[in-house]
Amino acid sequence: MSPILFFEQALNGVQFGLMLFLLAAGLTLVFGIMDMINLAHGSLYMIGAYFMASFVEMTGSFWLGLPLALGATALVGAALEVTLLRKLYARDHLSQVLATFAIILIANEAVRIAWGSQPIMLNTPPSLTGPVVLPGGLQYASYRLLIIGVGTAVAIALYLLVARTKVGMLVRAGASNREMAIAMGVNIRRLFTIVFALGAALCALAGAMLGPILAVQVGMGENILILAFVVIVIGGIGSIRGAFVGALVVGIVDTSGRAFLPIVFSAFLPPQLASAAGPAVASILIYLLMAVVLYFRPQGLFPARG
Amino acid sequence: MKVLATAFAALVALHAPLDAQAASELKIGFLSTLSGPAGGIGNEIRDGFNLAMKLNGGKLGNLPTDVVFADDTLNPDTGRQLAERLLKRDRVNLMTGIVFSNVMLAVWPTIQEAKVFYIAPNATPTAITGKGCSPYFFSASWPNEAHHEAAGAFAQSKGFKSAFLIAPNYPAGKDALTGFKRTYKGTIVSEYYSKLNQLDYSAELAQIRAAHPDALYAFLPGGMGINFIKQFVAAGLSNEIQLIVPGFVSDQDIVRAVGEPMLGLFDTSQWAYDLDNDANRKFVAEFEKEYKRIPTLYAEQGYTAALIIDQAVKDAKGKVEDEKAFRAALMKAPERAKTPRGKWKEAANGTPIQDYYVRALVKDRDGHIVNKKISTILKDHRDFWLKDCSMK
Repeated sequence: MSPILFFEQALNGVQFGLMLFLLAAGLTLVFGIMDMINLAHGSLYMIGAYFMASFVEMTGSFWLGLPLALGATALVGAALEVTLLRKLYARDHLSQVLATFAIILIANEAVRIAWGSQPIMLNTPPSLTGPVVLPGGLQYASYRLLIIGVGTAVAIALYLLVARTKVGMLVRAGASNREMAIAMGVNIRRLFTIVFALGAALCALAGAMLGPILAVQVGMGENILILAFVVIVIGGIGSIRGAFVGALVVGIVDTSGRAFLPIVFSAFLPPQLASAAGPAVASILIYLLMAVVLYFRPQGLFPARG
Repeated sequence: MKVLATAFAALVALHAPLDAQAASELKIGFLSTLSGPAGGIGNEIRDGFNLAMKLNGGKLGNLPTDVVFADDTLNPDTGRQLAERLLKRDRVNLMTGIVFSNVMLAVWPTIQEAKVFYIAPNATPTAITGKGCSPYFFSASWPNEAHHEAAGAFAQSKGFKSAFLIAPNYPAGKDALTGFKRTYKGTIVSEYYSKLNQLDYSAELAQIRAAHPDALYAFLPGGMGINFIKQFVAAGLSNEIQLIVPGFVSDQDIVRAVGEPMLGLFDTSQWAYDLDNDANRKFVAEFEKEYKRIPTLYAEQGYTAALIIDQAVKDAKGKVEDEKAFRAALMKAPERAKTPRGKWKEAANGTPIQDYYVRALVKDRDGHIVNKKISTILKDHRDFWLKDCSMK
């Protein structure tokens, strides 16, 4: 394998990890701080992508559509929190799973009614459609470089928000000990609404950024949500740092599995078998990784709670 | 004793075959995947079927027709339960509608046991056309491997020396690549089975770039194909490698979602929107008028299935219950009905012997991206598994 291909695959791993981070960040915030299992996180991602597609078509510009989609999805998220999820905080996790699963079904059919059952169009902005040539002659999709940039920027912004601001302090307080935070007079109701709206906006960002390279269709959220859950379980629930590291680990492990296992296998298996067995084993690698992490560190790599 | 006798008589009456009288009404069970992520295809088939019904004044075979819709949600167990309901409670005369092979295989024993004819508007798995062939099965679409055989033949005819094959790791994916390899004789660089519902293909695309084949054959239906084509073009590979796909990966439902990056692809299909015959021109025009969009091959299959039912019921003079007569009418229907695909002969295992086309993704005069027919790649092509079917 040439060094260029190796570098390209490493970049692919980081890129896929940052894709997952965009979704996992919001999930971990909500899960960790509100102690709420929100299966409908993927639905907000879908709604974000659909809003993005519609606003881009309406305004004719990717960059104008983006803030509109973020705002609209944050509003949907806030409305969902105020009207429905708020009633679930006191209930056990099973009720939350059932209720938010219902939201998935309702959201899927609502999107189908509003936008139709066929996948809809959302493409890269015209300036980023093709590949760029990186040093060493590697051709790499320019839009994927943008995803790497946005993912990194979101990680830094969230870190600053959580570590350096008043809201961040409340968020950390809420995550590590909710009862104590309430006893100290934190307005948890408002905080939760804000956190949930922020989580929804992150979903929309993920949907808007990934829409141009993934299918924008009904049910698009469920598929990626499983990976996002793996990420936060590995990273440690409630921790942004955990989500970041977990996402990179999952991205790199999954990509290297798909990239290198077929080559490794071809050393001792016939080529047909190797190219079939490689991807098959690669597809279970991240779940294997999750099992190992759970065995040695049941709280994940960077637990938010002590 | 009297009670027993009465019960016995009642049971006998229940099971006694009705005299083969002409039915006064036709009841069709339309079991399909209509909701969920994969619901788009079922809706497309249903729209085609409904259009044919509407143009026929709500009748098929001159009989008032009631279509009972049921949604299997791509769950084989749900499909089987719904089939039971359609057959036992609704007592439908015919069944149609199933989109996916896994649902089809799960539901099939139930339909066959009830001795009800099934007219396939899509999935036609090899398990039902080869050794397991049955007089109750009739495909108005295509045998499962045909599009892939057509694609292999096309890659061969273009003189592509090497090809990279990719499909999801599930039975239909393996069938697809088997079909392709049956007609393609060049070097297979790699036969790659990716994860079902995979999102990111960057690792695969890097391998494809490194392998540098002449052609790339991708059977990635639904959302997977959208992901793949978008990423394939974004990586700049479309300038170097010719992408070939079966029509399921590139018809108008996908074109509407992907847009410009589709240009330059080749696909294979049993039908094209620009096939030169009156029945097809009527179908395309009426479909666009009714639904404000260009039909896909799935819509054509739904429409054609309805036309076949119409012809067969007409020719059997409404005697759907007379199995022999109805099957004879059904097998002759493709040679008599005016379908958008033209006329074809049905093979003994209930699969069409028909032509397959290569279509290019190009812009038409109005700037719409369309699947334009460029050549007929397989003529009167028959199911490979016909050889294993004992029915003659």
